[in-house]
Amino acid sequence: MTTTRASVPLRVAGLSWRVRPRGVAVTVGGLLALALLMALNMRLGDLPLGLADVVRATFDPSVPEHFVVMELRLPRALTGALVGAALALSGAIIQSIARNPLASPEILGVTTGASVTVVAGVVMSGSAYGGVSGLFSALGIPALALLGGLAGAAIVYALAWRRGLDGYRLVLVGIGVAAVFTNVKFWLLTVGDVNDTGRAMVWISGSLNGRGWEHVVPVGLALAVLVPLTLLGTRSLDALRYGDDTVTALGVRVNLARALMLLAAVLLAAVATASAGPIAFVALAAPQIALRVVRCAQPPLLSSAVTGAVLATGADLIARTAFSPIELPVGIVTAVLGAPYLIHLIWRARS
Amino acid sequence: MSATAVAPRLHGIRRRRGLVLAALLAAVCVAVVLSVTIGAKAVPLADAWTALTAPTGTENDIVIRSLRVPRTALGVLAGLALGVAGALMQGHTRNPLADPGLLGVTQGAAFAMVASIILLGTQSLLAYIWFGLAGALVASVAVFALGMVGGRGGPTPVTLALAGTAVSAFLYALTSALVLLDEQAMDVFRFWQAGSVAGRGPDVVWQVLPFIVVGLVLALVNAPGLNALSLGEDVARSLGQNIALTRGVGVTAVTLLTGAAVASCGSLAFVGLVVPHLARPLSGTDHRWLLPYSGLIGAALLLVADVIGRVVAPPGELEVGVVLALIGAPFFVALVRRRKPVRL
Repeated sequence: MTTTRASVPLRVAGLSWRVRPRGVAVTVGGLLALALLMALNMRLGDLPLGLADVVRATFDPSVPEHFVVMELRLPRALTGALVGAALALSGAIIQSIARNPLASPEILGVTTGASVTVVAGVVMSGSAYGGVSGLFSALGIPALALLGGLAGAAIVYALAWRRGLDGYRLVLVGIGVAAVFTNVKFWLLTVGDVNDTGRAMVWISGSLNGRGWEHVVPVGLALAVLVPLTLLGTRSLDALRYGDDTVTALGVRVNLARALMLLAAVLLAAVATASAGPIAFVALAAPQIALRVVRCAQPPLLSSAVTGAVLATGADLIARTAFSPIELPVGIVTAVLGAPYLIHLIWRARS
Repeated sequence: MSATAVAPRLHGIRRRRGLVLAALLAAVCVAVVLSVTIGAKAVPLADAWTALTAPTGTENDIVIRSLRVPRTALGVLAGLALGVAGALMQGHTRNPLADPGLLGVTQGAAFAMVASIILLGTQSLLAYIWFGLAGALVASVAVFALGMVGGRGGPTPVTLALAGTAVSAFLYALTSALVLLDEQAMDVFRFWQAGSVAGRGPDVVWQVLPFIVVGLVLALVNAPGLNALSLGEDVARSLGQNIALTRGVGVTAVTLLTGAAVASCGSLAFVGLVVPHLARPLSGTDHRWLLPYSGLIGAALLLVADVIGRVVAPPGELEVGVVLALIGAPFFVALVRRRKPVRL
């Protein structure tokens, strides 16, 4: 162990926070890695660019490639990073509240609810890409996903609420509701034509293919509003891990704090899922990776978000290059990438 | 409280537990009768009996002997296996979110099946099941080894759960990639994923029977050790428990039971997630009772769900996995809401 303290207090005009130097280092390092990965990602496409070209084309409107970069490549890269961050932050909040490293937005009914409505939409309309009906064109799928995600969360929330919100009961109710949604999804996948099943599977895995500014803006707005709010709530989140009775005695309004943080987690996951599908494993793995890298007791919120962004962006890079010209859904790669790393961390901690 | 007062109370608890066990057994028997007689073609109980005891080759006899009985037997076996495996898994990981597929068993089976279809051109159900079983065993051993490395006295619950989740996610990703590239494999995979006991002949039942029997025996042997472990590892060690051995036996049992069930019936592992939560209020936390209760509840639930799936959507059928979720989960949620959950 080094002699540096795990956290130092930061006081500004009567307010105080605990700041972990290691967490700050991880966050800053993660952001640098993220920028590099995004730039590497933006080289790829029908018109191959070098790393220097990408940087120039992004900041200099007079370059001919500016249009391609700004309209096609940057939005895709941003969607990946923002969605990864939002899912990871959502996962970190849920894992803190449930006091369970296996918890993820799935148990809040968000991703599973979204999957049901989208798969139903794809299978019923017969096409994920506009098709005859036009109901499920580019804007239809995100709207369906948002609707399904919020409805799913509302159901879990309503069923779990009983004179307060017990973390354990929330988890159990979440399991039950997720089981229904997941199996309805499985059933819907067997109903339709096998081609539609394929399209639905791509969405379920999480894909960043063809994402534009209309996918960036909602996630960006959600993060801009919710990241500061959740950071303000960190203190009550830290307290929640001691169990309801202790926390109440410490003067935290348990139900209010928990309800607000859960709401934030739900919104983050729902918006992210609407943009890119339920990218597997980011919400579960990123907080666990972050807490092991930062070495703290609970998932650190900001570091988790950055870890999630790096994971999603790195995965997208691999998804596009590994089997090119075939492009894999990004969610497949996040699991292939995140799982061994998580295992490595568990391994290292044990030995 | 004096010793003389404790004895009758203990006696009463044992009696009540015995009664509950008998009630659950009776429920399974009723479910078996329903499963044999109800279906696309309803067979009166008397005819079913003659078909079993003195078959004459009538249409009913063929339906009963070659379709209904194997299907029912497989339902009982899979339900028992998943219920017991779920209770074991939650006990070992001390996590209410643990399902028996947590050690990578379900995804290992899925990956091996899909890979065998694409790489070897496998087409028969029996071959799928062998590959599924093999995949389940390999994945589970890998997870246990990962959790084991570097630790003292076997893996802790959290490392087991996380390693299992990570390996499962990894395998699921590979499976998704494969089925996205191969339409035929996708078609097999999506039906396997929905979970079904339909169309499995007697050969399938015989194929999985030995695995499930061995798994059930190991599970029951494991129960006292698991009780000690749930007091915490240090207490268990001071009570003379060999922790690594207890975990090893438990994980072997879970792998055999879950592997056999999911390889033959599809991804029904969530049955094992829900059933122990239904059993725990009846049994308390003593695994010697929790395991049998969970097994019997699992079997009854699976059979009833299968029967409902046969009749709700004529002329077709609804997969048992879907029905299970639709009836099992709301029941489970209602139970969770009504009483204070019995914690692990």
